[in-house]
Amino acid sequence: MDITLYGLMMYGLALLTMMAIYGVLCLALNLQWGFAGLFNAGIAGFFAVGAYATAILTAPESPNHLGGYGWPPLLALPVAMALAGIIAWPVGRICLGLKGDYLAMATIGIAEIIRLVFKNESWLANGTMGISTVPRPFESLGQPWGNLAFLALVLAIVIALYFSAERAWVSPWGRAMRAIRDNETAAAAIGKDVVRFRLEAFVLGAMVMGLGGGLSAMYFKFIGATATEPLLTTFLVWVMLIIGGSGNNKGALLGAALVWLIWSGTELFTNRLPAEWITRSSYIRTLLIGVLLIVVLQRFAKGVLPERPPKRID
Amino acid sequence: MIRVDNITKRFGGIRAVDDCSLHVTKGSITGLIGPNGAGKSTLFNIIAGTFPPDGGSVQLDGVDVTGWPAHRLFRAGLARTFQIAHEFARMTVLENLLAVPAGQAGENLLTAWTGWARVRREEAAIRQRAEAVLGELRLEHVAHELAGNLSGGQKKLVELARTMMWQPKVVLLDEIGAGVNRTLLSEIAGEIERLNRDHGYTFFVIEHDMDLIARLCHPVIVMAEGRVLTQGSMAEIRRNEAVIEAYLGGGRTNQNGAGIGAA
Repeated sequence: MDITLYGLMMYGLALLTMMAIYGVLCLALNLQWGFAGLFNAGIAGFFAVGAYATAILTAPESPNHLGGYGWPPLLALPVAMALAGIIAWPVGRICLGLKGDYLAMATIGIAEIIRLVFKNESWLANGTMGISTVPRPFESLGQPWGNLAFLALVLAIVIALYFSAERAWVSPWGRAMRAIRDNETAAAAIGKDVVRFRLEAFVLGAMVMGLGGGLSAMYFKFIGATATEPLLTTFLVWVMLIIGGSGNNKGALLGAALVWLIWSGTELFTNRLPAEWITRSSYIRTLLIGVLLIVVLQRFAKGVLPERPPKRID
Repeated sequence: MIRVDNITKRFGGIRAVDDCSLHVTKGSITGLIGPNGAGKSTLFNIIAGTFPPDGGSVQLDGVDVTGWPAHRLFRAGLARTFQIAHEFARMTVLENLLAVPAGQAGENLLTAWTGWARVRREEAAIRQRAEAVLGELRLEHVAHELAGNLSGGQKKLVELARTMMWQPKVVLLDEIGAGVNRTLLSEIAGEIERLNRDHGYTFFVIEHDMDLIARLCHPVIVMAEGRVLTQGSMAEIRRNEAVIEAYLGGGRTNQNGAGIGAA
């Protein structure tokens, strides 16, 4: 393997882009879990809705799947978000009045249903083969400028989301949300409409997860059943948020960067393994991430950047 | 202020509250006592909207509020504290208070994003009030402490402080004295008297501490087996044969009941 400066730079661009996309997902999960204490175990479902919606709206016409609408990518993203939100709303409406475990079960179920529908209804998104002609914004600029411009776009989205989330955290909205998270009964007794607040956090988080899915489909120019497996989306995002520090937006971003660095770094390492080991590499990576999670939680029980009450509003 | 008519609540085969009617007068500190299992807490939870009754009605200041959810009752002027302190553990004491006022503009996320100047103005006013309340209850020194780190008694004070962040018509106190030491309890009692006298708060109090009941409450309502046994001043209650009977558990053979007369 020839390591050139150009190759390193492209690797760095890919690394940063993925960190930023996972950053979007982590901020979304923090909104649901860190702010509102909602256990969403089906991130993959809302991710998939966003990803497939973006792919179908933007990919060129093909006899293999629904499509040919020719939407500009940046218009497709808001629609992807809206669709993820529309799916989240009834789920939340039904489950959010119940105790936390039911939401976890319901979201796992919804995520699997969504994944299997796209996998089996081949007229919709080409079944297991998926859609591999998703246009990526700025790709006409060629390498490396197109990649750089796309990274800039994703980073701009992350920054906008981060500041929106920080504002939400320090605002009375965030305060009511934390009160509900800490003690639902007492929050209701001081006049907070628990279901309304939770529904807002849940739907908003799901929309941002859909946005993450859309960005991911554009970046890989592909969306298929393999890309929406729970391991890569749901599980990894949870690990990122827990390691980084739930209830802390900076922690969410740090967790995304840190865990992706390790996840991606192990790929470089496992590629050099003897052939008979390479097939096992994906299990080894999962194992490594599990070990990392345990080690970090031993040292930092609340994540590397733990939750802090916001500074006063001035 | 609160009018309960023929409330019934069953849990399985048990009638926890059985055709119970009572009245809490405006401006009073009304006590609610009774042996364990008399249905006091169930009745409280029905009044506070934790769960709906199977039958009967609840009126708050002339409005039928039967079956209203807790958050709506709060907005209608009913505040409460809990038997086991329900503080917001991962929020500071100050934040516990700031969270209270209903209808804050910044509780709408769009306003928080686009109308920050308005949110800040409102926040300044709420904080001023919170600081005044903390001052009155002598909690300033723990204002920036996480509520979860406080002692049991201090948590009860925080709960009382939360009710003072809102102009409630009536406050339900569910065993405010449980787990609180004598000195602090005396302070809390003084505070309740002051709120009643100076601010016209109506209180409805469940309490097992008969000294506290005797000091604060008039009238005192006695519940047993899901219904009202009698009501009157503490002195009258102590002389009432039926009350002594209820506390001693009916049969004269059982001498282990809490002694109301001895308290």
